[in-house]
Amino acid sequence: MSLIVKEAGKAISRADERAPISSLAKANLRKIFPDHWSFMLGEIALYSFIILLLTGVYLTIWFKPSMIEVPYHGSYAPLDGIPMSEAYASALNISFDVRGGLLIRQIHHWAALFFMAAMIVHMFRIFFTGAFRKPRELNWVIGGSMIMIGLLEGFAGYSLPDDLLSGVGVRIVAGIIESIPVVGTYLMFFIFGGQFPGSDFIPRLYTFHVLLVPGILLALVGLHLVLIFYHKHTQYPGPGRTNTNVVGYPLFPVYTAKAGGFFFVVFGVTVLIASIVTINPIWAYGPYVPDQVTAGSQPDWYIGFLDGMLRAIPPGWETVIWGHTISWNIFVPGLVMPGVLFTLLLGYPFIEAWVTGDTREHHLLDRPRNAPTRTALGVMAITFYGILVLNGANDIIAQMTSIPFNYITWFTRVGIVVFPPLAFVATRRFCLGLQRRDRDLLLHGRESGQVLRLPHGEFIEIHTPISDTEKAVILSKVDVPVIEAPPATDENGVVTPGLKGRRRRAKWSRFYFGDNVAKPSAAEIEAAAHHAHEEHDHEVEELTEGGKDIPARLTD
Amino acid sequence: MSDNHGTDVSVAEHGDTPEFPLPPHHHRITDTDPKAAKRAERQVAAMFGLSALCTIGFVVAYVAIPTDTFIALGPIGIVQLSNLVLGLTFGLAILLIGLGAIQWAKKLMADEEIIGERHPLGSPKEDQDAALAEFQTGLAESGFVERKIVRRTLIGALALFPIPLIVVLKDMGPLPVDSLNHTIWRKGSRIVVDVTGKPLRPEDLAIGTLVSASPEDLDKIQELEGNQNARAKASIILVRMRPSDIKSQQSPEGQTWDYQGILAFSKICTHVGCPIALYQQRQHSLLCPCHQSTFDLADGGKVIFGPAARHMPQLPITIDSEGYLVAQSDFQEPVGPSFWERG
Repeated sequence: MSLIVKEAGKAISRADERAPISSLAKANLRKIFPDHWSFMLGEIALYSFIILLLTGVYLTIWFKPSMIEVPYHGSYAPLDGIPMSEAYASALNISFDVRGGLLIRQIHHWAALFFMAAMIVHMFRIFFTGAFRKPRELNWVIGGSMIMIGLLEGFAGYSLPDDLLSGVGVRIVAGIIESIPVVGTYLMFFIFGGQFPGSDFIPRLYTFHVLLVPGILLALVGLHLVLIFYHKHTQYPGPGRTNTNVVGYPLFPVYTAKAGGFFFVVFGVTVLIASIVTINPIWAYGPYVPDQVTAGSQPDWYIGFLDGMLRAIPPGWETVIWGHTISWNIFVPGLVMPGVLFTLLLGYPFIEAWVTGDTREHHLLDRPRNAPTRTALGVMAITFYGILVLNGANDIIAQMTSIPFNYITWFTRVGIVVFPPLAFVATRRFCLGLQRRDRDLLLHGRESGQVLRLPHGEFIEIHTPISDTEKAVILSKVDVPVIEAPPATDENGVVTPGLKGRRRRAKWSRFYFGDNVAKPSAAEIEAAAHHAHEEHDHEVEELTEGGKDIPARLTD
Repeated sequence: MSDNHGTDVSVAEHGDTPEFPLPPHHHRITDTDPKAAKRAERQVAAMFGLSALCTIGFVVAYVAIPTDTFIALGPIGIVQLSNLVLGLTFGLAILLIGLGAIQWAKKLMADEEIIGERHPLGSPKEDQDAALAEFQTGLAESGFVERKIVRRTLIGALALFPIPLIVVLKDMGPLPVDSLNHTIWRKGSRIVVDVTGKPLRPEDLAIGTLVSASPEDLDKIQELEGNQNARAKASIILVRMRPSDIKSQQSPEGQTWDYQGILAFSKICTHVGCPIALYQQRQHSLLCPCHQSTFDLADGGKVIFGPAARHMPQLPITIDSEGYLVAQSDFQEPVGPSFWERG
């Protein structure tokens, strides 16, 4: 027994007298995790979050969350003597007078951008592979909530330096809060401690950003990981993989090295980017003054879709009723739309479970093509989101392409209605086409491109059967039966109970699965193989002396 | 099949064997060739070793490079040297640990896939029954069901107890009252250029110009008394156009709010409150850089594009006895974004 094992044994037995460490280690040290590149997306999000916590602690050492006005006398000469909030002055101090301070600020900002991007792409992976299905619905809700909270946290973070760019963003948020019917003005006054901008907002936002929200996020991250651990990771279909096993590598040592190593890779790449590429150069914007603005005001990318929606509203959406003003033009895109979007997002697993009537556990991932309606809904949502993100940058696009921004806005207003349904239809057709191709591959194999002329003059193309790996993947498809609507009355003329609801569900079920291409049965595959053999195989074999050499090769 | 498997879709259930077995394991070159394994070992060690060197480099750079050195770096532009070198050394030190560990896992650690079984996630039926029984016993012992009065008063008390937590929030800020309806503009307030504080005469403004301005009194308000708050509402822009170009104004019948083609408008967008100063002189239109609301200043500041719902409020102006531009009064309507009480 090596020295390491002996020492580890001693340490564990000492610990074991106080807590059941050995039992935990025995159950989990060799826990199996499946391997796939797409499983790294969530890891990137997790690691970015850890980087954010780490660098955030450093920033709190020097940052002063105060709106008291002070004249600046730091190293950055262009702003010397200019009055500014202590928050902005201390952010400049971090950037120019603390050695490594700018690096930490830039790592923090880049990590925030990666955190949001990784969470969102990770969500796409979960969605398109159906990993949100039972028993993982709660983890989907936790994940979706983290995206929503991460968005608020990111906004709070980049608003803290109180520079001109982010200050305008805060002004916009104040305007959005004011648009809430009945309570909006009061909410705005409570949050800002009076009129905009006041002197309370930055200190309050600071507590929100460094204590309240990270605490909530940390709790959710913990819960998310515990559930992943408990449920065991999902896996992609393939040979040897079933819904009841998990195939992969052990936590110790392979995943310890790979996932642990990957943390260092994510951290290292973030640091390298932060050292080379400037992000959020607050010194270039100047301090926030309520009557100034920078041209081309852009939020961080993950806020872009909200800004894009605000920009797309046509003039005049406001109602004055009984002496009260309702700003639909702000309230709807700024709060109602994100509310509806996130509700749909968080609720999706439950909607799909209702439609399918599916109560089984799913551990084997769906191929996106095998759930065409879900995949199409996802692509539709991404299209909707993408158009809004583009419109959020309409002024930048206008500048780069010299297309007037008015045209881009009109394109959005029309496109937001037209393109998502088109994307839905196209994606769904595409998925069904892939299903047909899968069926053909199973039944007839792959076209080899080798055409033979038989002695009696017929041309045939040789089909090569697909590999077992491909077969296993294609056959992983589960044919979900379409729920049929019951007849309106039974044989005795009694009206079927709950008829309306059951009909509605049948309609939805047909919408989801009605066009699916059935997986060929074992008998069909057998018959097809037999048929192909009957037809040509003996002739081909004769001609090619057992298929070794193909004499008549035509390219077309 | 357990209870929670509702539909009868054929799918591999617990204990099923897969139709296609796991393909046979292929050995890597590092498994079969000791030389290759040795080479991989050297690669991993080199990465870990380089990482350590980079960390030392970081400390050296921290001591040696001051923060005020800037260098031009090709396409990247001018960078703070300290940030660059600290970042590169620190980043590489971290990255190399990660790459080394992954290389180690990929080349040298066992790479044979292992099959583990999943077990049903839920508790067994007898545990569920036992748990329910325990709950029942506890419930009976508490008397929660029979002692209605206790139960109801408890629910009532629990429903009310958060009220103080919410009530105390009331002092987060003052109530709005009518503070959003007014700015510090008064009859006779002189209009000054907002950067220089210089009062303006009509002849200072050529036709086609736009000037950002504020009330003279603004600088007298101390910051703690709400200078920024006052500024956030009182900022205006002055534009001068040919009087014949003015199609309409917000002034009621029989009054003029301009002075010889000089018009004053609020600078705060009526959409969500961004300050506006992008002026397209030929069309007399004012464009908000935040959400592209566009206002026609020659036509009463009305919205001609973008999400804003209301015109930019106009400030009535004239000149005083010394010939300086002054306000005739405060704005006749609230400036900035709409709010519920605005009416």
